[in-house]
Amino acid sequence: MKKALSISILVIMLITFSGLASAQTELSLWYHGAGNETERSILLGIIDDFNASQSDYTVVLEEFPQESYNSSIVAAALAGDLPDIIDVDGPVMPGWAWAGYMVPLQLSEGALDGFLPGAIGEYNGEVYAVGLWDAAVSIYARRSVLEANMIRIPTLDDPWTGDEFDGILETLQATGEFEYALDLGMAWTGEWYPYAFSPFLQSFGGDMIDRSTYLTAEGVLNGDAGVAFGNWWQSLFERGLAPGTSQDGADRETGFIDGKYALQWNGNWAGIGALEAVGDDLLFLPAPDFGSGSTIGAASWQFGISSSSENKEGANAFIEFAIQDEYLAAFSDGIGLIPATAGAAEMSQHYSMGGALEVYFGLSEAQALVRPVTPGYATLALIFEKALADIANGADVQDTLDAAVDEIDQDIEDNMGYGFDM
Amino acid sequence: MISAATARRNAPLWVRLLLPKDAPLYQRNDAVMGWLMAFPALLVLTVFLVIPFLMAFVISFTNQRLISPNPAEWVGLRNFERLLTIRPFTLEPERDESGAFVYDDDGSLSYPRLRNFTRNNPDYPDLDGLREFTSWQAGENRTVILAADVVFLRALINTLIFAAVIAPLQGGLALLLALLLNQALPFINVFRSIYFAPVVVSMVVVALLWRFIYDGNNGLLNTILGMITFGSFQPVDWLGNPYTAMPAMIAMSAWQAVGFHMVIWLAGLQTIPVSLYEAAGLDGAGAWQKFRYVTWPGLRNTAVLVLIVITIQAMGLFIQVDVMTRGGPLDTTQSVVYQAVQRGYGKQDMAEGAAISVILFVIVFTIAMVQRYLTRERN
Repeated sequence: MKKALSISILVIMLITFSGLASAQTELSLWYHGAGNETERSILLGIIDDFNASQSDYTVVLEEFPQESYNSSIVAAALAGDLPDIIDVDGPVMPGWAWAGYMVPLQLSEGALDGFLPGAIGEYNGEVYAVGLWDAAVSIYARRSVLEANMIRIPTLDDPWTGDEFDGILETLQATGEFEYALDLGMAWTGEWYPYAFSPFLQSFGGDMIDRSTYLTAEGVLNGDAGVAFGNWWQSLFERGLAPGTSQDGADRETGFIDGKYALQWNGNWAGIGALEAVGDDLLFLPAPDFGSGSTIGAASWQFGISSSSENKEGANAFIEFAIQDEYLAAFSDGIGLIPATAGAAEMSQHYSMGGALEVYFGLSEAQALVRPVTPGYATLALIFEKALADIANGADVQDTLDAAVDEIDQDIEDNMGYGFDM
Repeated sequence: MISAATARRNAPLWVRLLLPKDAPLYQRNDAVMGWLMAFPALLVLTVFLVIPFLMAFVISFTNQRLISPNPAEWVGLRNFERLLTIRPFTLEPERDESGAFVYDDDGSLSYPRLRNFTRNNPDYPDLDGLREFTSWQAGENRTVILAADVVFLRALINTLIFAAVIAPLQGGLALLLALLLNQALPFINVFRSIYFAPVVVSMVVVALLWRFIYDGNNGLLNTILGMITFGSFQPVDWLGNPYTAMPAMIAMSAWQAVGFHMVIWLAGLQTIPVSLYEAAGLDGAGAWQKFRYVTWPGLRNTAVLVLIVITIQAMGLFIQVDVMTRGGPLDTTQSVVYQAVQRGYGKQDMAEGAAISVILFVIVFTIAMVQRYLTRERN
């Protein structure tokens, strides 16, 4: 009887243990795109494929609306309840890495070969996140309008120069056919300002912060180049060439298509819609070169791993699985983003040779420059946005940039250098 | 009927402990029931209002960040000094080597840049980090008011102006509407509902709609004004012009909430006995005299309520700013709460956001106390 009991206990233990050994570990994944059915189905497809491809891990998706995603992560971090796999917006990543929410990825050698620089989230010499796509910005124009006004069509290698661009805006405004020559998208407050407008400043030779130390903006944002940019920026609104900060959102969405604006500074995500409305006449042109080359902003949403994950190996395995070309292409076809590799671009509908948005892949490859890689970016971005809005509304350029620099430097000092050596 | 002693014995322990033994049981029961009824509200108020406010108060004396590996430290009054420091400063015109004034090309006096004094100047340590808030000419010198936080100061002044203008404006309009609608006309409820409708709509939606109305080129307001004046009206960029942005915001805010206070005035009007009007009529009072000597005294308590509510709501100005202007153009529509959110959450500086909240609390508390004092019952 005793023997029988111990044997049955042994059997039960064996069953339990083997059961444990074969049970799959759950990996939680948080994603920012709640409400977008296409995005959801593509992501679920990847997750199903991954779950079927091996027997150790099961990835479970949880979605959040984009507006509340970041605060959900911060709240989860404070509560010690982060998911295994985190979805993170490029410029936000250094802040989360610095705060200890995230750990560097451990991908196999060469996993990121051929990726667009903007899709690789690097901070402090380590890769913390990788994106399945990037985004890019270009000038929307109508071929017929440019030709009617004898305007040269620029190329990636030979973009408009700053003076040429300015002259073109004057010419287009003088035709009287348009309310404004250029729509910059001033209605899109928030991250659009640093993302879309800091490249102009960089092209003038300035920047939002001194990237060699990340400890000050003095001389970089408010130096001669910064002031030259500021004066040009202000003059766009003074001369009535571009709608200002009070532009309404509807005009931003349809103004170019309706012919109110001659040119528009806009992202690849709006490209398909514009093509459907305007047709073959539509051109996507590279940013002008104000002297220090043309740049455009880079880095979109990416995947990384939380520091509190107990299954980092599994999380790494999922991310490595997800960055295959076919999935990159699927996201691109589904929601119009730029696939992160050339191979995926070739497989995609819009970015392959002859595809409607092919030009954007070249733009991203050649001109993308990530926004300042510092945990202080969130603050930096808001200070920069306010400075640009104030200058557009007629504030003194030098005073405004000086004040912005003071605020940026004070913030860096308050945060003891944000982890950079002071 | 059971005796009090039996009831006491049968009552739960905590009920017996809560009140002195000699209190009659019905009293004890009233007190217990009172606390029980208040308990849910007290719990919610404590968890969502009292505790967060106490936390904000504590945080405002630290350098707590929203996201940071650095531990929070006590910094004393630093956050308040950075927000509230104001200093006058006299700027003398530049002189050449002989001591004569230097003139600009257009013949006006030339002054040194303020930043020479306010940034890393060992001779003026108390000016370090300050910026010009406003200035005026005094003889050949310029008097400059320097502030540590120009934007916050603007936000504070804007909010006070907003409250000072909107309280009489919105309260007065609401009273006017209430008087018009306090009549036994057919379909009067339809009109009451129409004027109340904007109150039910979310402020975010109203603000978005008014952005279109205020549009500088083809907005509804410009179009209507153009039609009325047969095209001679020059379109105004209402929200993009520093001179019109705040008035536009005030007008829109008053429109949105006027229905709410109209209903309160209506309720107040209906408590005034009709017999008083009849008596006044018999005494030969005209319409104005009836209003002045019957209606207005009868509305005294309502007026206090309406003014206090509007003022406190006005001090919390946020959504209109966030949706319509984000504080621009040139800080003409900055508000205190918008700055608290912008800094505490956007710029991740919780301590500064908390300090702004504490300052706002003190202001609202003071206003409420002063209003209470001015409108107290005089016996």
